[in-house]
Amino acid sequence: MRYLIKKACMMLFTLLVVSLCVFLAFSLIPGDPALRQLGTNGTPEQLEALRQQMGLKDPLPVRYGRWLLGLLRGDLGTSYVYKIPVGSMLAEKIPITLSLALISFVFMVLISVPLGIYTAKHKDGVLDHIVMVLNQVIMAVPPFFAGILITLVFGMILHLFTPGGFISYKKSVPGFIGYLIAPAFAVALPKAAMAVKLLRGSVIDEAAKDYTRTAYSRGNTTNGVLYRHVLQNALIPVITFLGMALADMVAGSIVIEQVFGIPGISRILLTSINNRDYPVVEAIIMGIAFLVIFINLLVDVIYRIVDPRIASGDE
Amino acid sequence: MNGEIILTVTDLHLVFHDHDTPEIAVDDFDLTLEEGEIVGIVGESGSGKSLSALAIAGLLNRKSLKKSGRIIFDGVDLLTCDRKTLRGYQGDEISIIFQEPMTSLNPVKRIGWQVEESLRIHHPEIDKETRKKKAISMLEKVGLHDPETVYKLYPHELSGGMRQRVMIAAAMIGEPKILIADEPTTALDVTVQAQIVELLKTFNRDYGTSIIFISHDLSLVSQLCQRVMVMYQGNVVETGTAEEVFSEPRQAYTRRLIAAIPKIRL
Repeated sequence: MRYLIKKACMMLFTLLVVSLCVFLAFSLIPGDPALRQLGTNGTPEQLEALRQQMGLKDPLPVRYGRWLLGLLRGDLGTSYVYKIPVGSMLAEKIPITLSLALISFVFMVLISVPLGIYTAKHKDGVLDHIVMVLNQVIMAVPPFFAGILITLVFGMILHLFTPGGFISYKKSVPGFIGYLIAPAFAVALPKAAMAVKLLRGSVIDEAAKDYTRTAYSRGNTTNGVLYRHVLQNALIPVITFLGMALADMVAGSIVIEQVFGIPGISRILLTSINNRDYPVVEAIIMGIAFLVIFINLLVDVIYRIVDPRIASGDE
Repeated sequence: MNGEIILTVTDLHLVFHDHDTPEIAVDDFDLTLEEGEIVGIVGESGSGKSLSALAIAGLLNRKSLKKSGRIIFDGVDLLTCDRKTLRGYQGDEISIIFQEPMTSLNPVKRIGWQVEESLRIHHPEIDKETRKKKAISMLEKVGLHDPETVYKLYPHELSGGMRQRVMIAAAMIGEPKILIADEPTTALDVTVQAQIVELLKTFNRDYGTSIIFISHDLSLVSQLCQRVMVMYQGNVVETGTAEEVFSEPRQAYTRRLIAAIPKIRL
């Protein structure tokens, strides 16, 4: 419990540092949001008035403080361009992107865990060789390209889904999930390939350790040794990878949303960057940072459940 | 010792085919083990004593290893019987403890779970409570203080000596007929060594378990074993009662081995 509190404090501190970096970065890069909004037609007086109104004239620390306090209250600021609260702009999009990342994660686990175990168990078997070669290929293919291929094969040729025919979760949840399957697959594939390789290696390493010999000496079957002894040990390094992959998938979803025409946060992010709509960009980056840090915390907690050696290390 | 033979090993021959030329690890190994007897196998590293022990325990499954000879236990040849029959004996009738107590236990499983494993596999009819009681009394029997606490601990929370005691408890919980101890004290310090040897003696006396004790420590072997076999380069070069072998060694190799014991006589 004390560990959790310690970790949570660290997490808050990290977030604070991230917020400072994000804020400074967008304050220091060239480009004037006021000028961008008015265009070149605005008079210098108008420009000055708008800067005053947007709070751009205040000193940096004051602006940072105001923004941070807003964040703490759950107020993400107001979009420069659309003049509406950022929170309401993102509210509809976040579930879409998160669903895509979660479905991708589920795919990754469902593909990699059974295959990793199977290829380790039947090392040098036919399927092992096939999977290892395929793995190399898939790892080298970026998700957007896999996305294009999937759209072509499953969408255009096999007609298993309608490319670009996104269905909102508000209209039909099954339809929504159904549309996300293909993009989720594209996101999950390269990660699953890496996870298979990692798990396979980990199982093979663990299976060579002394405790498996002990397990056999007690009359365990091969499966008994594998599932009751080896697997829990072998999963320890894989859990770290899965955690990192999940965090990465939230970011990775942004690219794939463009390929599949999914109205998640990617479109808002890209247009906001173009329009120098900093409050929106900052909010999205803070959100992703929060997710990454939170997932790390989660991985730490799971780690301690799976590996008792870590838990007793800091008591 | 009532003289009934429970294990016969004849012409055991183990050859590795890892490299271009086959390597003979055990050339000719014969052993008869009587009920309640403690047999010592001594020899230097690479003499084939541990491999012979692993063969008896049914733990040599490498494809690159060719095995021949006979290991007869309970009327069954353990070298040629099917895996299922062999598994039926492993941990129930024939148990083994190893040289590496630090790594021989599964690091992520609780001590109690590991001690109970043989019972869980071979006697699923025993209910959870009885199993736990048996495990705790076994942990007490091997000399661990506060066995209820140890039951819930993980291996990394115990010292090497304690872990070897746990290994013995796990090996003995099914009250096997044969316990193979493959250099069980090599990794431990001297005082703990003596305690482990005493513990093995206790089990031999109280349970009538026959013990195959493998070691390169001749003084431990002479304390514990009634009969001794000396191995050298995959062969059994000398065999006899502990007294015969140590006081009147017939082979030059045995004499050299005995001469190599550091003498601290005050």
